Amino acid sequence: MLTASLAACVASERDSAAGGEGGTLIFGAAGAPALFDPFYASDGETFRVTRQMMEGLVDYKPGTAEIQPELATNWDSSEDGTTWTFQLRKGVRFHDGTAFNAEAVCANFERWYNQTGAGRNSALSYYWIETFGGFAGDDKPSLYESCETTGEFTAVLNLTRPTSKFPDALGLDSFSMQSPTAMKKYRANDVKAQGTSFVYSEYAKKHPTGTGPFEFVSYDEGNGTITLARNEDYWGEKAKLSRLIFKIIPDENVRKQELLAGSIDGYDFPNPADLKSLREAGFNVQIRDPFNIMYLGITQKNNPALQDLRVRKALAYAVDRKNLVQANLPEGAEVATQFYPDTVDGYAEDVQKYPYDPQKAKQLLAEAGRSDLTLEFFWPTQVTRPYMPDPRGIFNAIAGDLRAVGITVKPVSKPWNGGYLDDVNNARADLFLLGWTGDYNSPDNFIGTFFGNTENQFYTGASPWGAELARQLQAADQEPDAAEREAMYADINRKLMSQYLPAVPLSHSPPAIVTSKKVQGLVTSPLTAEEFASVSIAE
Amino acid sequence: MLRYTIRRLGQLAIVLAVLSVLLFAWLRSLPGGPVSALLGNRATPESRARLVERLGLDEPLYVQYWNFLQRAASGDFGVSTGVQRGTPALQVFLQRMPATLELSALALLLAVVVGIPLGYLAARRRGSWLDNISITWSLVGVAVPVFFLAFLLKYIFAIELGLLPVSGRQEAGINATEVTGFYILDGILTREWDAAWDAFLHLILPAIALSTIPFAVIFRITRAAVLDVAEEDYVRTARAKGLTAMVIRGRHILRNAMLPVVTTIGLQTGALLSGAVLTEQVFNIAGLGQALSLGFQRQDFAVLQVVIIAAAMVYVLVNLIVDLAYAAIDPRLRTR
Repeated sequence: MLTASLAACVASERDSAAGGEGGTLIFGAAGAPALFDPFYASDGETFRVTRQMMEGLVDYKPGTAEIQPELATNWDSSEDGTTWTFQLRKGVRFHDGTAFNAEAVCANFERWYNQTGAGRNSALSYYWIETFGGFAGDDKPSLYESCETTGEFTAVLNLTRPTSKFPDALGLDSFSMQSPTAMKKYRANDVKAQGTSFVYSEYAKKHPTGTGPFEFVSYDEGNGTITLARNEDYWGEKAKLSRLIFKIIPDENVRKQELLAGSIDGYDFPNPADLKSLREAGFNVQIRDPFNIMYLGITQKNNPALQDLRVRKALAYAVDRKNLVQANLPEGAEVATQFYPDTVDGYAEDVQKYPYDPQKAKQLLAEAGRSDLTLEFFWPTQVTRPYMPDPRGIFNAIAGDLRAVGITVKPVSKPWNGGYLDDVNNARADLFLLGWTGDYNSPDNFIGTFFGNTENQFYTGASPWGAELARQLQAADQEPDAAEREAMYADINRKLMSQYLPAVPLSHSPPAIVTSKKVQGLVTSPLTAEEFASVSIAE
Repeated sequence: MLRYTIRRLGQLAIVLAVLSVLLFAWLRSLPGGPVSALLGNRATPESRARLVERLGLDEPLYVQYWNFLQRAASGDFGVSTGVQRGTPALQVFLQRMPATLELSALALLLAVVVGIPLGYLAARRRGSWLDNISITWSLVGVAVPVFFLAFLLKYIFAIELGLLPVSGRQEAGINATEVTGFYILDGILTREWDAAWDAFLHLILPAIALSTIPFAVIFRITRAAVLDVAEEDYVRTARAKGLTAMVIRGRHILRNAMLPVVTTIGLQTGALLSGAVLTEQVFNIAGLGQALSLGFQRQDFAVLQVVIIAAAMVYVLVNLIVDLAYAAIDPRLRTR
C-alpha cells in the first residue's frame, strides 16, 4: 500500500507528454542561489538558474566558447574599437510584457554604470568591476562611457578605450537584459549592507524578469526548490520542458543517491571517482571540454628564494604532471603547457615545456644555491573545484615530487572559506594550489586576471618583470586589431613560460555532468553554462 | 516556587549573556570569515579591504559586539552570508526551525514509544532472548555512526526497494501550500492529504536514524529503573496485600520507574539538535542542523550566532522545566 500510494503521488507530480514535449526536469544543484538578479551575482549556482530565464545581447554557441547573436542580431565596431553598434532582435518581449528595444538595452547599461552605495562593492557587482572597471563618478575611469539609441532597434555603446573583452564579455550572465519596468516596480537597485552582509531587493528575490525560454515561478526556501516554467511567448524555439525544477542538495553523496533513486534527473560535477559506477548503472555521464586551469601557485613575497627564476623552474621540472593527470584527475584531463587551454586565442604551441626531470630540478636548485630549500605548501580542505576534484590527493602527489628533489615541504591545510582563500589572496603561502574556470573566450579573462596587476596572489611585484608583465597585458587588451592582439598574447605566453614563470601550470580538467537516460538533448558547455531549453524528458 | 522560578530565569539570562560574548569572540577568532564567502576566490586585496571597511569588520571587537547588541535590540540579528545569503539570520532561523522540530519530535516520539515498553518488557523478562536482543540493539544504536546508518537505510529502503524517498522534506514540485512550515501539519490544515502523506514519508528514515541514540538511552534507563523499583519493599507489600498484577505493574512499578525516565527524555531533547546536524546533512533537510553545518563551512557568523544561542536557550529552558517539575514534586529542592 505504501509503495502504491507513493508511486501515485510521484506520478501525479510528473506531467509527461509523449514525444518528449512537456514534462518536468528536476536538476540537483549544489548550492542555493543567493538571488535571481544576475548582475549582483558571481557564482555558478546562481547563474545556472538565471541563465534559463535571461538572455544577453550575445550568447555562447552551444557546446563551445564562441559567441553568437542572441538579443542582438549583429554588431560592428568603429575602427578604433571604442564605438559598438548593435542591431537588436525585433518582436522580443520580457516576461512581464515589456517590449525589448534599444531603450531597454540602454536602461540596463545605465543601471549598471550608475550603481550607488553597496551596489558598487565587488561582492555584488563583481563582473561589472572586472569587465568595465568602475562606476559613474569614480576616480578610475570606467571602460563604459555611454549608451545611445539611434533607432528603436539600434543601440550604440561608447567605450573609453578599445578592449579585447568586447563583444565576448557581453555574453556573461551578469550582463543579461532585464525588464526595466519590473526592475523599477520592484526596486532592483535596493541592495544595502546590513550587519556583516547584504540584503537584496524584492526584485532579486521574487520577480526576476528576462526574455528567456523559461520564466520564474517560485523559490521554496523551506524545501530548497526553485521552480521555472516554460515561457509560452518566447521569441525563438520554445523550451521542450513545461517545468524546470532545481533542487538544492549541498551534499554530493546525497545528490548521487537522489539520482540513483530517480528523484532527480541529473546533477553537476559528479565526483570523478563515481563516473565509472554511474555509467555502469546506466546514467549518461557527459564530459565537457576543459576550459579551466589548475596551477601550483608561487608567492614571491616572503621567501627570497622564490624570486629566483632558477628555483621556480626547478619546481616546474620537479613535478611529474603526467603522472598527476593520470593518477589524480578525471578521464580527459590534460597536462597544461601554459596558463590557459588551446581553445583560447593567443595559445602558443612553442612555449618552453617542462617535462618531468628531477635531476634537472636538483641541478637548478644547486646552481641557485638553494639545495636546502624549505617551503610552506598550502592546500585547501572542505572543497572540490572543477579543476581540482581532489585537493588532498593532488597535494600529496606534488609534495612527494618536491621532497624527491630535496625540498623540505611544510604542509599547511585550511578550509577553503576558513582561511585558505584569505591566506592565498594575502600572499601568505610560499606554494599553493588554485585554479580558474574561464568565463568566456578571452586571454585577458585568464592571464589578465592572474597577472594584470602586481599586488596579486603571486606577488609578481617582488620581481622587476612584474610591472612589465602587467603593462604588456594591458597593451594587448587594448589592441583593437584581432590578429595583432593574438600575436601579442602568444608572445606574453612564451615569456610567461620561459622568462617569468610566476606559477607552474599543472592541468586542464574536464568537468562532468550526469543525467538519467530519460534526459535527451542536453548540450554540454565548456563554460559549464548549459541551457535547458533544448532538453526533453522521456518517461 | 515563584521566587525559585525567577531566580532560575535570572541565571538563564546571565548564562545567555556570557555565551553570546564568548560565541561572538570565538567565531571572529576563526580564520577566514564571511568576507571570503561574499567575495569568492577572485578577490583582490583592495576589494577585500573595501568590503571589510564597509561591513565594519575592521573595528575593534568590543565595538563590533556593541554594534551587534544595538542591532539585536531592534530585532536585527544580522544577515546570512553563506547559508541563505541575503536573508536576515532571524528569518533563516524561523524558516528552518519547523523542519528540525518536526524531525526531532518524530524521532523522540519513536524513541519513547519503542524505548519505554521495550525497556519495561526487557526488565520483566530479564535474561530472555527479548532482553538480549534489545540490549544488543541499543548498543548498536549508540555505536553505529548516524551517517552509516543513514546510508544503510537509504540504500535498502529508498534506492533498492524504492519504498521511501532518499532525502529532502517533500517531493520537488509538489507545490504544497505553506501555513506553519510544519509540512505534515500544513498538509492536514489545508486538506492537501497527498502533501501531508508525502512529507510524512520523507520523515520516516531520518527520524529512525535520529532516534537511535535517544531510543538506546531511554530503553536502558527504563530497564534499569524497572529492575530497581521491582525490588522495592512497597512492591513486595503490594503483592502481599493481594493487589492484581495489573495494578502493581501500572501504579507501583511503572509510575515510580518513570521519574528518571522523564529526566532522561528532557535531557535527550537537548541532545537531539546535535544529532540533527548530521541527520539533516545526510538527508538534505533544510533545518537548523543543516544551517549549523553549512554555517561553519561557509563562515556565516550571523546564522551561527542565532542558531547556537537559540539552541542553548532551548537546552537551558528544558533543564529548567525538568528542575521545576522536580521541585514541584519534591519540596526539599526549592529551599536549597
